Amino acid sequence: MFPASFGYVAAHSVEEAVQLLTKHGEDAKLLAGGHSLIPAMKLRLASPRTLIDLATVPGLRGVRMDGNTLAIGALTVYADVASSELVQKHLPGLVDAASVIGDVQVRNRGTIGGSIAHADPGADFPVILTALNASFVLQPRSGSRTVAADDFFIDFYTTAMAANEVLTEIRVPLPMAGSGTAYVKLPHPASGYVVVSAGALITRQPSGSCALARVALGGLGSGPVRAVATETELQGKPLTPEVIAAAAARAAEETDPEGDTYASAEYKRHVAIVYTRRAIEAAVQRASAS
Amino acid sequence: MAAEIEFAAVPIKVTVNGVKHEAVVEPRTLLVYFLREHLNLTGAHVGCDTSQCGACTIQLNGRAVKSCTILAVQANEAEITTVEGLAREGVLHPVQEGFREKHGLQCGYCTPGMIMTAVSLLETNPNPTEEEIRHGLEGNLCRCTGYINIVESIRWAAEKMGGKNVSR
Ligand SMILES: Cc1cc2nc3c(=O)[nH]c(=O)nc-3n(C[C@H](O)[C@H](O)[C@H](O)COP(=O)(O)OP(=O)(O)OC[C@H]3O[C@@H](n4cnc5c(N)ncnc54)[C@H](O)[C@@H]3O)c2cc1C
Ligand code: FES
Ligand code: FES
Repeated sequence: MFPASFGYVAAHSVEEAVQLLTKHGEDAKLLAGGHSLIPAMKLRLASPRTLIDLATVPGLRGVRMDGNTLAIGALTVYADVASSELVQKHLPGLVDAASVIGDVQVRNRGTIGGSIAHADPGADFPVILTALNASFVLQPRSGSRTVAADDFFIDFYTTAMAANEVLTEIRVPLPMAGSGTAYVKLPHPASGYVVVSAGALITRQPSGSCALARVALGGLGSGPVRAVATETELQGKPLTPEVIAAAAARAAEETDPEGDTYASAEYKRHVAIVYTRRAIEAAVQRASAS
Repeated sequence: MAAEIEFAAVPIKVTVNGVKHEAVVEPRTLLVYFLREHLNLTGAHVGCDTSQCGACTIQLNGRAVKSCTILAVQANEAEITTVEGLAREGVLHPVQEGFREKHGLQCGYCTPGMIMTAVSLLETNPNPTEEEIRHGLEGNLCRCTGYINIVESIRWAAEKMGGKNVSR
């Protein structure tokens, strides 16, 4: 299977990539790891006339500390997110997610920015990054703007990013002292994509009660969904197994997942409750250990 | 005419199994076809052609990747190792030897990909448990389903290499 013919341009700066996108308009696409785009092009689901390669732009890879924020370059591959000491130390929930995407080979090629920009409803990073209250730095024609994960994922494969913007960086605020993060996923047995997944950020007060809870779910909608009722239910309460279970039981409230041949809507809602509980428990355990 | 310029072929330089190559490729050329048809290195197989099976696995700058899901132009300036590049002066790589000793193949179609993934696995984890081996091979499918012997082959290689990170 070959993609339809296209022209290839290796960009050497973000500015150049933005210029090329502006020049070629709808016919052009950015290329990062290519692990969503190339399969789609081989199946002729996408046939861009021009590909603008971002992998040749220097400075878009790696993880660095920027004040109280962990800044991850958009072109950083999953394997490097998972093996980053900074990520391992501060955001183990992100390591959980980076380690269960696809398979070893996919994790060596797919990029965090590509996953966010592509906004596949079965993707992992959008879910955990929503739980972690991440934001995304976009570079339009001039200046740059930052969009919070909560406002970024709009619909299936649709984000707040304009067609001629480049996602350059993923910024994750360092959780406060006493926090834990975790991500758990029920993968589809054939594709490995998310059937249902849950990401959690929990901050525990020294007294043991919950100071902050952010929980996001995958697989229940067109993109990540915050489990607002669960978050509210935990607020200020002691983080006992009973409290966590009761809060998790509300995780699927106000969601309307679509059933498919593998998982019915009812099953997905049930799994969401179980996986929300597991994600919160794991986050609380890490909070206690930290 | 305009279309020809628009879809212009692109010059690339790659080092494959230690040998430098320069070529001019159509942008849509997939790396696996570049290796197989331009360089006559037919070790990397095309199994599924849909990024699932891992038969096309090679090392790109030292990492296992699926060459059916990479454009040849994306490999510009890269170092590539294919299964043909593993043996040194006629001496098989321990993973290749393991597959022979432990009957790690039946039809052999998945084998080059399995071996390349296993070589990468042992480079990062020289002494993997059975579970770690199975987890490490999740991107490789064997249609003959010979997984038990594949795992044993890799264990054999790990032991032969002394659990050490032998960078070759
Ligand atoms: C076998 C297989 C299994 C997979 N399993 C999973 C899984 O379990 N979970 C999961 O989450 N994903 C999975 N994926 C998808 C994988 O994670 C992709 O790598 C990811 O969705 C896209 O990232 P990429 O770097 O490959 O982007 P590309 O494919 O290069 O690009 C994807 C889209 O995003 C745009 N884009 C890329 N980077 C930027 C940027 N910096 N700024 C603006 N736009 C950009 C591109 O123009 C394109 O439209 C799987 C893929 C394969 C092949
Ligand atoms: S041929 Fe590349 S993964 Fe199957
Ligand atoms: S040995 Fe036949 S596909 Fe694996």
